[in-house]
Amino acid sequence: MILTDEEKAMLDGAAGPARQKAMDLLVRYGEALGAERFVLTDSIAGVPGSSNLFLADYYKGRGPNLYETVFSLFDLDADEVVEVPRVVANSCHLQGGLDPVLWREQGMSEAAWRHQMQDEAEVEAHGIKVLKTCTPYIAGAEPKFGDHCAWMESSAVVYCNSVIGARTNTEGRESTSAAMLTRRVPDWGFHQDDFRRGTHHVEVEVPVSSLMDWGMLGYFIGDVVQENIPVVTGDVRDAGLIRHKHFGAAAASSGGVELYHMVGITPEAPSLEAAFRGRRPSETIRYGAPERRRTYDILNSNGTSPDVDYVMLGCPHAALEQLEEAARLLEGRKVSANCSLWIFTSRLIKLQADARGLTRAITEAGGLVMTDTCSAIGQAIPKGTKVVALDSAKQAHYLPAIMGIEAWFGTTADCINAAVTGRWSGALS
Amino acid sequence: MTIEAPPTAATIVLHGRGAVGGVAEGEALVTGETISGWGGVNPREGTVIETRHELRGVSFKDKVLVFPGAKGSSGWSAMFHNCRLMGTAPRAMVFTTMTTKIALGAVVMRIPAVTDLDGDPLELIETGDWVRVDGDRGTVEITKRG
Repeated sequence: MILTDEEKAMLDGAAGPARQKAMDLLVRYGEALGAERFVLTDSIAGVPGSSNLFLADYYKGRGPNLYETVFSLFDLDADEVVEVPRVVANSCHLQGGLDPVLWREQGMSEAAWRHQMQDEAEVEAHGIKVLKTCTPYIAGAEPKFGDHCAWMESSAVVYCNSVIGARTNTEGRESTSAAMLTRRVPDWGFHQDDFRRGTHHVEVEVPVSSLMDWGMLGYFIGDVVQENIPVVTGDVRDAGLIRHKHFGAAAASSGGVELYHMVGITPEAPSLEAAFRGRRPSETIRYGAPERRRTYDILNSNGTSPDVDYVMLGCPHAALEQLEEAARLLEGRKVSANCSLWIFTSRLIKLQADARGLTRAITEAGGLVMTDTCSAIGQAIPKGTKVVALDSAKQAHYLPAIMGIEAWFGTTADCINAAVTGRWSGALS
Repeated sequence: MTIEAPPTAATIVLHGRGAVGGVAEGEALVTGETISGWGGVNPREGTVIETRHELRGVSFKDKVLVFPGAKGSSGWSAMFHNCRLMGTAPRAMVFTTMTTKIALGAVVMRIPAVTDLDGDPLELIETGDWVRVDGDRGTVEITKRG
């Protein structure tokens, strides 16, 4: 790689041992990619230095301070523990492993809670915003069009690239932590104009309007295009933040979609030609009624028993409007004694929900509003759960595999109905 | 290990680019499907757990993993990094599609990784073949099974 004088100095240790290790890792990473240089970034989202109890135990005794030990040996992939200074880039911490208040309900141990709180204090002390969410773009870290970013969290990455038009690759834990100390990431992939051109054309021939339909379309597209860049045209309606959030999360789960264009909707796709940057699509894919039906069936292929004992909403973390909708759907109703309802959101959105009385309304109906984590990330489900109902295609993709449970996928209303009755009655209309 | 190939066995050598240096060899585990890291593998056993994956339940521990590349969550590198700590990482990787996930994952697993080959490894290598991956020279040497 071609390094600037400042980068060479960091690599030589002139800016301290932590930045030297960080540059060393970034150079190895850049060389693996085949990148020629670094790009400057000042919007970084990762999970710096955080550890679960396995990592904490694995690294115990390797250094005087556990946080800096994990940061050195795991995040920076160094062979020795170094002192970790405050970060120099605008940095935030994404989701964590448990709710800071409702951890007992989630079945977490006091040791795990105590450890997470210690990590959080260290994150704060190192100058990193504790956003604790997979949706930083609506909770305190909002880049602008064209900004170079270094983000983790596939659903946030695809949102950042596609909806905001900022530029990030799907970074990992190690690269984001290193970038926080250096403000550098390899200039590769989505940082470059040509990489952002669409590759596959998806023609939508059935109306896609509801949140569920946006999620299914994303799931279908990810499965078909894998890590390519789809350009969507046709009958896509009611575009908005929440629909994009579910669409992108789904496309990044069934495939590896990190950027999509929707003609007339997303900022780099004023026209079909602009989205493809004047080139031809390598493939044209149709999404009609049979594809929609097939996608629905796949997302429900892990469900057999209609007896639902858990309803999980908020993947990616719920926006305020989604908490409003849940509270409205629960009005005058109670969650069944045989079922639990957990809704996950960010700390920032929960403050708003608290102020509007939404948290109280949901709690009085028998549900819980949780922050920081989700059932998949935290492996947090109510004890004894066998069958879950979900309104997120991403969660329907991951949760049955991670927790070995059955899952139903449907609308938010289907899910709230299941929470109230304890029975799944969703169907494709 | 006595699976060392006899000198007369037909070998195929592919040339490409080493993404991570070093040399390792082992039995190939081949899939035409991309692999998810977080939510797609169990790091304690090194097994693929994604429900619809053709390798579901199969372990890549100590294998030479031959596959198109990474997909899914940005936790890919951290999950495979955990595999390294738990001793379940593959010995080497051969892949066809470069992404940030697989590049970073290969770096922190500290295993030889080769890509951009002059022949399709997914066609030419079958599960059970003996494969030597040289990340310094960017070569993959295949000894067909049997």
